[in-house]
Amino acid sequence: MKEYQTITEISGPLVFAEVDEPVGYDEIVEIETEDGRTLRGQVLESSEGIVSIQVFEGTGGIDRNASVRFLGETMKMPVTEDLLGRVLDGSGNPIDGGPEIVPDKRQDIVGKAINPYSREYPEEFIQTGVSAIDGMNTLVRGQKLPIFSGSGLPHNELALQIARQATVPEEDEEGEGSEFAVIFGAMGITQEEANEFMDDFERTGALERSVVFMNLADDPAVERQVTPRLALTTAEYLAFEKDYHVLVILTDMTNYCEALREIGAAREEVPGRRGYPGYMYTDLAQLYERAGRIEGKEGSVTQIPILTMPGDDDTHPIPDLTGYITEGQIMMDRDLNSQGIEPPVNVLPSLSRLMDDGIGEGLTREDHGDVSDQMYAAYAEGEDLRDLVNIVGREALSERDNKFLDFADRFEAEFVQQGYDTNRSIDDTLELGWDLLSDLPKEELNRIDEELIAEHYREDESAEAVQAD
Amino acid sequence: MSQAEQTETVDEDGVIESVSGPVVTATDLDARMNDVVYVGDEGLMGEVIEIEGNLTTIQVYEETSGVGPGEPVENTGEPLSVDLGPGMMDSIYDGVQRPLDVLEDKMGTAFLDRGVDAPGIDLEKEWEFEPTVEEGDAVEPGDVVGVVEETVTIDHKVMVPPDYEGGEVASVESGEFTVEETVVELDNGEEIQMHQEWPVREARPAGEKETPTEPLVTGQRVQDGLFPLAKGGTAAIPGPFGSGKTVTQQQLAKWSDADIVVYIGCGERGNEMTEVIEDFPELPDPQTGNPLMARTCLIANTSNMPVAARESCIYTGITIAEYYRDMGYDVALMADSTSRWAEAMREISSRLEEMPGEEGYPAYLAAALSEFYERAGKFQLLGGGEGSISVVGAVSPPGGDFSEPVTQNTLRIVKTFWALDADLAERRHFPSINWNESYSLYKDQLDPWWTDNVAGDWAETRQWAVDVLDEEDELQEIVQLVGKDALPEDQQLTLEVARYLREAWLQQNALHDVDTYCEPEKTYRMLGAIQTFNDEAFEALDAGVPPEEITDVDAAPKLNRMGTAEEWEEFIDEIENDLKEQLRALY
Repeated sequence: MKEYQTITEISGPLVFAEVDEPVGYDEIVEIETEDGRTLRGQVLESSEGIVSIQVFEGTGGIDRNASVRFLGETMKMPVTEDLLGRVLDGSGNPIDGGPEIVPDKRQDIVGKAINPYSREYPEEFIQTGVSAIDGMNTLVRGQKLPIFSGSGLPHNELALQIARQATVPEEDEEGEGSEFAVIFGAMGITQEEANEFMDDFERTGALERSVVFMNLADDPAVERQVTPRLALTTAEYLAFEKDYHVLVILTDMTNYCEALREIGAAREEVPGRRGYPGYMYTDLAQLYERAGRIEGKEGSVTQIPILTMPGDDDTHPIPDLTGYITEGQIMMDRDLNSQGIEPPVNVLPSLSRLMDDGIGEGLTREDHGDVSDQMYAAYAEGEDLRDLVNIVGREALSERDNKFLDFADRFEAEFVQQGYDTNRSIDDTLELGWDLLSDLPKEELNRIDEELIAEHYREDESAEAVQAD
Repeated sequence: MSQAEQTETVDEDGVIESVSGPVVTATDLDARMNDVVYVGDEGLMGEVIEIEGNLTTIQVYEETSGVGPGEPVENTGEPLSVDLGPGMMDSIYDGVQRPLDVLEDKMGTAFLDRGVDAPGIDLEKEWEFEPTVEEGDAVEPGDVVGVVEETVTIDHKVMVPPDYEGGEVASVESGEFTVEETVVELDNGEEIQMHQEWPVREARPAGEKETPTEPLVTGQRVQDGLFPLAKGGTAAIPGPFGSGKTVTQQQLAKWSDADIVVYIGCGERGNEMTEVIEDFPELPDPQTGNPLMARTCLIANTSNMPVAARESCIYTGITIAEYYRDMGYDVALMADSTSRWAEAMREISSRLEEMPGEEGYPAYLAAALSEFYERAGKFQLLGGGEGSISVVGAVSPPGGDFSEPVTQNTLRIVKTFWALDADLAERRHFPSINWNESYSLYKDQLDPWWTDNVAGDWAETRQWAVDVLDEEDELQEIVQLVGKDALPEDQQLTLEVARYLREAWLQQNALHDVDTYCEPEKTYRMLGAIQTFNDEAFEALDAGVPPEEITDVDAAPKLNRMGTAEEWEEFIDEIENDLKEQLRALY
């Protein structure tokens, strides 16, 4: 291993050093400052004679005399089943005071693309116990379904609720393997948010089946580039070599993208939209696509990345590119939140692309697809009518329109609203759906098969409502 | 990538000078533009994209982690080519035509490794070659010399390669051969094998382009009915995420009446490709009843696979499509999504530090797009006869904003525009093709086909539907202000008719066994039933029946069940009768 004292330029998170032998692209570098600190970095560009290095911990304290060592390998994550229950920093070093980690093997953190031919199509229903998700935007094993949120919205509560409650119903009956191993990758979140997560993990005992990676708001931004990759490498190891079903929560992807932009700017790259690098789509895809199932393997990786949309704008490059890669999105809504709806999920712009294959007879229930379609259509119609009510008043509307308005109100107040501690089974969710739909005239249910209407529609709704009260 | 005739002679070795992501520069490499080179100790595949003095710039189709200066670069002396021959149907390739199933075997893992190459078609497999020429026959480039049964659906025609001179047939073989064995020899010494190679960036030669007059029947009502695409035409499907681009593309791949489908998953999701791989072998082809895969070639370069291979996958796909066109087939090519392709160009361009054009895209974006779409069309073939390529490109505009460069440059070329609408998708109106924004310039030239094959009054019926939808659009603006009940009675009725047009006719459930495919007759009859309702309803209104009573008749909501009705002919007859009976009973 050769050591150099040849730093020629330091700029932002980048260090340039002269070398006299070839250095591989992406190789890991250790920089030792004069006061004895060791910083780690990665080769961003390797030319003959000079390399540019991105330093994870920030370049503070580095001077021309610092020594640079090239380790001759790309970044690796030491993985072992013993990682479960551990808390690590954003670079993968334990910070919980526990014993040293003895790795089973060391895996490249960049991760290779899964051959599309080797994938297995995800279609196992995950019951999260949240009606707005289970009923309307069903999550399946191996899916990547982000939460699109905004500053000040309770996305963390929702993520925690999912992590706590997620099960696969059939396996419940066998009484084993129903719980997920949770990998939690935090990028640039505040200490307070981190505490919230940790407290919940400890309170519910979830920590035992979790691995936590913490890059906090005051940790170096460049490190955020590595944190999700460490988390996903661990997830892949647990899923595809140790047969775990893994749920990966990454928060907050917005901070990750900011770090990406920072490095791009430091490298003086041609910026794309809003200053984010042109390769951000590819870079994000390399993270998100590490979810899935593989034929012949027991385990699975399911991802729930969280991102806060700057200005609640879903056309901002971060949510926009994410939406093009992930298999849908759960959209949090500020209005619903201020109305006190918990969780404030707006189902209209939300979507789960893998829902159709994960529901139906034998998976959830035969009527699931139709009920969800009908509720979408009815809620959308009710929402439209609300605009009209603002202008002409409710009295001016027909009886039919008023029923749709009532439906939209009840949908928010009873179906979406459930609180963060209520765990509804899919049966409960669908029955609740029928309860709401039965307020509408039967002929209006044009998305539902006639036989299903005959089976589930509650003819005498007024009597039903009395009983429910 | 083509290995079949790969020459082992290396022109000149170069040395890597620098590495930055997928872009590598090398010195002392004697290469031409677009030559394929093998980079580094692991032999990663790349392509020469710039030559400047002694410095050659290469885009590498695989991950470059760990590759460093000083490692060798080896030139193959050949441009990026595809292997063409029997065995391409029922295959799944990456962006440089490496079969993904073979890669899985060779790598022994579910993850894609680097430095593994495989020929695009099986070179060992023997095919039953049946000659269609005899000794002494004169053949020209493009002429068919024999036939191979490639799949149950597709007869693969072995042709004289377009770059041959042609001549008299000197000898002909018959029986089982591998693709590399000579099956026909010409008197000038040219040998014809079942296997050809063709550089992907060069269009295969064909005769004149004709005006397409036959529709590509898609089985989707809104597309066939309102915005048809011709066999040999071009279409774009732009839409924000979640608006149903991929489902629309997949529906086309499943149900369109093309002979051959080439489906390119360009920079899209892995699970989506897996869905296609799992579904297509089980779905029947609506024309033949054979598995869909038997007429399909998949190219999957998902978003996390190397970006340079994403740039090339579009070319790989269209070259394969052209090869089947040369056999006289009607080929449909779906590219999902061309925006990812454009982004790949942008990424490479920015690594080359080229002067960027609009939104960072390279200045040659428009040229690259039009070059690609121009390879579509209905052609007279070199060997006689006709063949066509219809191209459907999905576009993923950032933020759903259609004014961005990729959408705009695409719209300047394509003649059919299916605009997907997030609002419609949100209320689960699928396919979410917006009927006000979309258009098809093929309508008029395809009308004769509809008149001859479906119904004499097709054009008028369609125009009636368009008019009603237009009127609804205007009325909705008023409704938004004053409410529906403030409208005059006839306009209320028009709104009701328009609602049936939208919900019963334009909407189509891709997941329903029956509704997923709608033959042209059914499309026409369903529209006819709604028109019957319209005519009878207005008759009743004229006779003084209040609109509430008209819309309340039992038969009307049944219009919504037409799409899913199994015995649709009887069902529609019954509705039409009931509508007449019930509405006439009101006055």
